[in-house]
Amino acid sequence: MKPRIKIYMIAGYNTISMGTGRKEFNPKRERPGLEHYLKEAGQGTLQQIGGAGNVDEGVVGNFMAARFNKQGHLGAFMAMIDPELRYKPSLRVEGACASGGLALVSGIKSVLSESADVVLAIGVEVQNTVKAIYGADILAYAGWFNKRKDGHAYFFPGQFSDRAGAYFSKYGREKTRLGMARWYRNAIENARLCPTAQEYSNSTADLDAQGLTEPTPKSFTDNLNVFDCSKVSDGASAIAIVSEEGLKRAGVPLKDAVEVVAVGHATDDITADPEDRTVMSTIREAVKIALKDAGITVDQLATIETHDCFSIAGLITLESIGLAEPGKGAEFILEGHTSRTGKIPINTTGGLIGWGHPTGATGVHQAVTVWEQLTGRAGNAQINIPTDKPYALSINMGGDDRTVVAIVYKKL
Amino acid sequence: MEYIDRIQNVTVLGAAGKMGSGILLLMALEMADQKLKPENKEKPFVLNAMDVTSGALPGLMKYIRAQVLKAAEKKVVALRKIYADRKDLIENAEIIDEYIEDVMSIIRPGTRIEVAYESTLVFEAVSENAALKAKLFSQIDQNNTLKPWYFTNTSSVPIEGLNEKAGIEGRVLGFHFYNPPAVQKLVELITIKENPVGMREFAVDLAKNLRKIIVPSNDIAGFVGNGHFMRDALYSIQKAEALSTEMPIYEAVYAVNKVSQDFLMRPMGIFQLIDYVGVDVVRFIMNVMNPYMKNEDLHSDMLDKLFDLGVKGGQFADGSQKDGILKYEKGRPVAVYSLERKDYVAFASFAGKIDEWLGEMPKEVMPWKNIIKLADRDAAAKEAFAQLKNMKTKGAELALAHARRSREIGEQLVNTGVAASAQDVNTVLATGFFHAYGPVNDFVN
Repeated sequence: MKPRIKIYMIAGYNTISMGTGRKEFNPKRERPGLEHYLKEAGQGTLQQIGGAGNVDEGVVGNFMAARFNKQGHLGAFMAMIDPELRYKPSLRVEGACASGGLALVSGIKSVLSESADVVLAIGVEVQNTVKAIYGADILAYAGWFNKRKDGHAYFFPGQFSDRAGAYFSKYGREKTRLGMARWYRNAIENARLCPTAQEYSNSTADLDAQGLTEPTPKSFTDNLNVFDCSKVSDGASAIAIVSEEGLKRAGVPLKDAVEVVAVGHATDDITADPEDRTVMSTIREAVKIALKDAGITVDQLATIETHDCFSIAGLITLESIGLAEPGKGAEFILEGHTSRTGKIPINTTGGLIGWGHPTGATGVHQAVTVWEQLTGRAGNAQINIPTDKPYALSINMGGDDRTVVAIVYKKL
Repeated sequence: MEYIDRIQNVTVLGAAGKMGSGILLLMALEMADQKLKPENKEKPFVLNAMDVTSGALPGLMKYIRAQVLKAAEKKVVALRKIYADRKDLIENAEIIDEYIEDVMSIIRPGTRIEVAYESTLVFEAVSENAALKAKLFSQIDQNNTLKPWYFTNTSSVPIEGLNEKAGIEGRVLGFHFYNPPAVQKLVELITIKENPVGMREFAVDLAKNLRKIIVPSNDIAGFVGNGHFMRDALYSIQKAEALSTEMPIYEAVYAVNKVSQDFLMRPMGIFQLIDYVGVDVVRFIMNVMNPYMKNEDLHSDMLDKLFDLGVKGGQFADGSQKDGILKYEKGRPVAVYSLERKDYVAFASFAGKIDEWLGEMPKEVMPWKNIIKLADRDAAAKEAFAQLKNMKTKGAELALAHARRSREIGEQLVNTGVAASAQDVNTVLATGFFHAYGPVNDFVN
């Protein structure tokens, strides 16, 4: 979808991605809940746009608060963030781990429909309320429930382990595992540059070796180790989606905004298995739409924030969006092309593996990271944005390649 | 009788105790795992949790349930396969709940010994009282027509004597778990020549299924583990007493404890270990072992005095450490008991002086938590002792003397036939006491 009017994103804000790895995280102590994260992220954005009075609508992306937190009806938390949001329209959207991306889509559509000039979009998830083994049950709702019985105890690690197994069979295991380990290393090295990242304090010396840890099928999956997986995270991100009128109302100069150039939103049949586990076909289609509508090619992107819930997902995505030939994803990573100094820096603050994956927040977090990079706000994690490549892409995925939101942004 | 038949009706005597509850948990998990095999689904499994302390049984069942939950969470990948045919169990949480119910349904808590009259296997984890153990075995055997096998968890009482006193035709062996049984990998196996055919093999199979490492020990009081620990403890007490000519004995206790932990790179100091086991228990085990010792007196007046004053150590029900020879705050020793003052003296009031007296530690001597993570711990220990040998400090002198005594004890256990080999002694110290290196080595010469 190519917006028929100018749409911008401004005033991004990320909370810390809280969970194992963060020094302040203690699973035995009481921790902040949904309310804390919603409030911090929401207020973080409101402060940059002249307050809640400038907001027309709110939208919350969240996957599973109903089970992680026994809390539904998240749209009605907006007025808790700021009393000036009372009686304003607000809703919650859900599309598994693409819930944050859907919140962005919802906000963009509100602006396009001219029902709003300023939409406050927040993504949130608080998952450390249960042990990982029970969290796996909850996250499995992103798949078709009829397949849960025959699925792995850790359902999605199991799904992507199967993808890795298929990929190993087709293209070989050794180099692929090296590529996955390098993906992990890049993620952690990038996260170390971002104070809100879950892996910010990671001090492991030999990340390649850690990434190459052999999987343990008896206690986990056949083809993935725990370092191939994003962690359990609590966190929220917020950003304002605005029209030109909204931009003026918020008092934000154009240079501090990014333009939403195109959106690719695609879904596939949740009841069907992937036709080919070595391809992410919904990501391929969503990105194809986004790039086509943006009128650019993948080579014009300065950076990508992609949904690496698992290292193998990151690797296959490289091939599915045309950065690498089929079977050459590992080589592409090992040659350094995806590192922060490579030809297409990917996940510059760590992505899902390094920064964290508060599921419903991830899509918004990706947009905030892109906004930071394109407006020069990324601090130590800042990469060079070449003038001839003013574009960035975010890819947010729900389930096993079932719902995908791909957005192309432009530096102004 | 096949393995599976032997464990269909089992009794744990002293099930609510520290060791008994752990053994009960391990057997409950093993019996449930056997029961859940398709070929065993129709077979009845009964695990009697027998303890005379009625009031402890509800707490025991609560403890077992909590531990089974933890075990189930860890093995849920396997449990999903075990319950694959149960279409009604879909989520991990449902499968874990079902497994807990399956395990708990096997256990029958009770206070009456009669429950063992139908058992084919009896675990004994009552107090270290040879007469009581023999009496229980005898009573069960007179009323049980199934000729049960008796596995005693004794850490010190010779098995031959128990067999003779109980009159149970050799159907008893030592199956000595370490505390806590659910965590510690080591089991000392003490067989006697009268054991019936297949009993030892069954014990080995059971240990394997419980994921334990077996170290055989000959039937000599104390076996390998306590054979080393009691002598090591006694050496430490005597060393502290000897040092008391130079300093108050509470300072000497601190010094020996520090040397045994920090300089010898052990998980805890020797006096802390005595407290962990319990001053009363250590004293009791020495008393049990002593009559069997030739040319040795395993006895400590200091332990008697502490015991008489009620300084006992041991653990609270929640596993936290009670004050003993040392006083504890948040699990860490902070003071030492003075027999003269009949009160604790804070480390803070003298530790600086003693630390200085001991002298610096070379950097090669690392904390236990660091050395235990190394792949080649022997090499690291060798390097540390090489440095200690080059030093003239009191700490180095005490450390080397202690390490040499530890090795001497290990060699004594081999030479007197308690342990089959130096390797077995080292395995016991590594797996039962979490030492980073075995006492019988070539680097403390």
